[in-house]
Amino acid sequence: MTGSILFLLIIVLGGIAWFFGRVKARGFSATNTKRGAVHSLPTYHGWYVALWAIGPALLFLIVWNIASPALITDAALASPAAEQLPSDQFARGAILAEARSIASGQQVRAFNPLSQSMVEPYRTAISYYQMIGMVAALLLVFACGVFAWLRLKPELRARTKIERITMMTLLLASLIATITTVGIFASLIFESARFFSMVSPIDFLFGTEWNPKAVAGPRGETGFGAIPLFWGTVFIGAIIAMIVAIPLGLMSAIYLTQYAAPGFRAWMKPILEVLAGVPTVVYGYFAALTVAPALRDFAVSIGISGASSESALAAGVVMGIMIIPFVSSMADDSIAAVPSAMRDGSLAMGATKSETIKKVLIPAALPGVVGGVLLAVSRAIGETMIVVMAAGLAANMTANPFSSVTTVTTQIVQLLTGDQEFDSPKTLAAFALGLVLFIVTLLLNLIALRVVKKYREAYE
Amino acid sequence: MTELIDNASSSESPIMTETAPPAISAGDGPLKMTTRNVDVFYGEKQAINGVSIDVTMDNVTAFIGPSGCGKSTFLRCLNRMNDTIPIAKVSGEITLEGEDIYAPSMDVVQLRARVGMVFQKPNPFPKSIYDNIAYGPRIHGLASTKDELDNIVETSLQRAGLWGEVSDRLQDSGTALSGGQQQRLCIARAIAVDPEVILMDEPCSALDPIATAKIEELIHELRGKYAIVIVTHNMQQAARVSQRTAFFHLGTLVEYGVTSDIFTNPTQEKTRDYITGRYG
Repeated sequence: MTGSILFLLIIVLGGIAWFFGRVKARGFSATNTKRGAVHSLPTYHGWYVALWAIGPALLFLIVWNIASPALITDAALASPAAEQLPSDQFARGAILAEARSIASGQQVRAFNPLSQSMVEPYRTAISYYQMIGMVAALLLVFACGVFAWLRLKPELRARTKIERITMMTLLLASLIATITTVGIFASLIFESARFFSMVSPIDFLFGTEWNPKAVAGPRGETGFGAIPLFWGTVFIGAIIAMIVAIPLGLMSAIYLTQYAAPGFRAWMKPILEVLAGVPTVVYGYFAALTVAPALRDFAVSIGISGASSESALAAGVVMGIMIIPFVSSMADDSIAAVPSAMRDGSLAMGATKSETIKKVLIPAALPGVVGGVLLAVSRAIGETMIVVMAAGLAANMTANPFSSVTTVTTQIVQLLTGDQEFDSPKTLAAFALGLVLFIVTLLLNLIALRVVKKYREAYE
Repeated sequence: MTELIDNASSSESPIMTETAPPAISAGDGPLKMTTRNVDVFYGEKQAINGVSIDVTMDNVTAFIGPSGCGKSTFLRCLNRMNDTIPIAKVSGEITLEGEDIYAPSMDVVQLRARVGMVFQKPNPFPKSIYDNIAYGPRIHGLASTKDELDNIVETSLQRAGLWGEVSDRLQDSGTALSGGQQQRLCIARAIAVDPEVILMDEPCSALDPIATAKIEELIHELRGKYAIVIVTHNMQQAARVSQRTAFFHLGTLVEYGVTSDIFTNPTQEKTRDYITGRYG
């Protein structure tokens, strides 16, 4: 009997437990008709018994699955066949691993004849411990189920207990996301610390030469100056993309909130928002195949030197277009949140529509717009696909938008592509870059959310 | 058009006709605005039905009536603020100094400079007190030098009775003032463009009694300098501040006349019922 069948069986038994619990509760509910004499509805008693039956058994199975491999290996080693095994740790481990995968059916034939001899002991041990686990789990189901069933009384506060378990389950679900983020952050810090033990943080944060392939060797590491990467990221994500996205996003938001007829707005706004859902890889090849060559030809035709087919401008412009929906929808929200009394007040003074927008609506909506722009920047500098495809790999420190620059995200992809040793500074540099990116976007998000929140409070 | 003004200003008592809803003048003193057979539709729904009324220069005119009777809607026709609502349609004739304000030749920007408005909730712009007042003069180019602008700001605040309270903190935000001060700031802002008419849409409904008393006092002081039309749901307030009162009910003008007459001796039963608190 495999694990999944056992699992199904436990669930079915839980269902039966639910049924018996409910039947018993119905029984005493029928005899105690006085209001309040039975604390909870029969269903809650049913759930109470069911959860008692299932919960401990499933917990036991989880623990058992973690603990049993060690027990199985011990049992297999205790068998007479184990005496021929080599004493070398690695050889021994390899044989045991092979024997185990044959025994559990993941592998068909052994490469090492010694493994074949270990298969039989393994098989016995596995089925032995599986049987123990199964029997123990089923015993737990019955024992706990009966225990809970016996405890069912009219005054048992089953509803309160079920409510608490529901709350705990929801809490657990929300904790998983948070804990995962914390875990990712911790691993970034841990790996970055290893990197910084090989490369000085000063060299990394303020060095201007990025060339991780030309690493000299232990303790003599050079070529990890990340300034060109930071510059490229800022140049593309925070400068070029924003030059495109802020005016276009803001103007489209103004048009949609102030000028567009309701019918036009009703289908234009969703379309704009759909743009935010286009996979970035689509924008990426649009940038690499269409925009970049066009820009290069244009640059060549007006005689700009150093124009390459991978340019900061191409990546930045396309990224800006990708960001427009973010800016536009945040600006839209904050302009719409300006009380209409403000607009009426200005119009009643004889201000025209555009004067009202320029002098009253935009200043009043500014904090919200700034918050939106900051969120857009944090999204832009973390964006990977477009820059990988269109920005290039050369770590140039240049302000010429037609030349190729590289970004933090592009370099992370480069550093981790292909076969890598996991303890070389070259690989670990990716974590350090990731950490910097993580901290910067985190700060941007924090500031943006604070600005937006403060602004919301002002009008509520 | 001059003919109409002459006719209207010469008639002292309400004119009642069988066919059309009453075209009413309660005027003495020069006529400022007239309306004839004004209908307002919100989409299919008719909000105002054939209202004709004259607004004179020297009197404060109050519009009273139960909630939803259309008094605010009608007020907003007088400076074409209903233009901002796409589904609102206004028909009939409304004139300012004999000029049809809904005529294609009328520039709505000019009109609103001449007919100012104060709203139900104080709505100062999130700018400094100074910039709030200077907003209108700047838009309309009323001041060519900084001194002139300073001057307009000071006079407006003085007229609105706010100068003494804010003269030393003109650069503070207008939104930091108290509710009553904010409303007087909005009145000062309206005065700053030197309008001919000031429309007030329940200007005290968001204020406490003391701030309300100050605004009412201010209305008294402004009377005669500007033609003032005030919408209020507070009958005592209408009685205190106005010389002419119009009673609206379900989008029609029921009665219009001298305030004291309306409150002591109304001619229409509906008016009497409302004033004695039978409904509303």
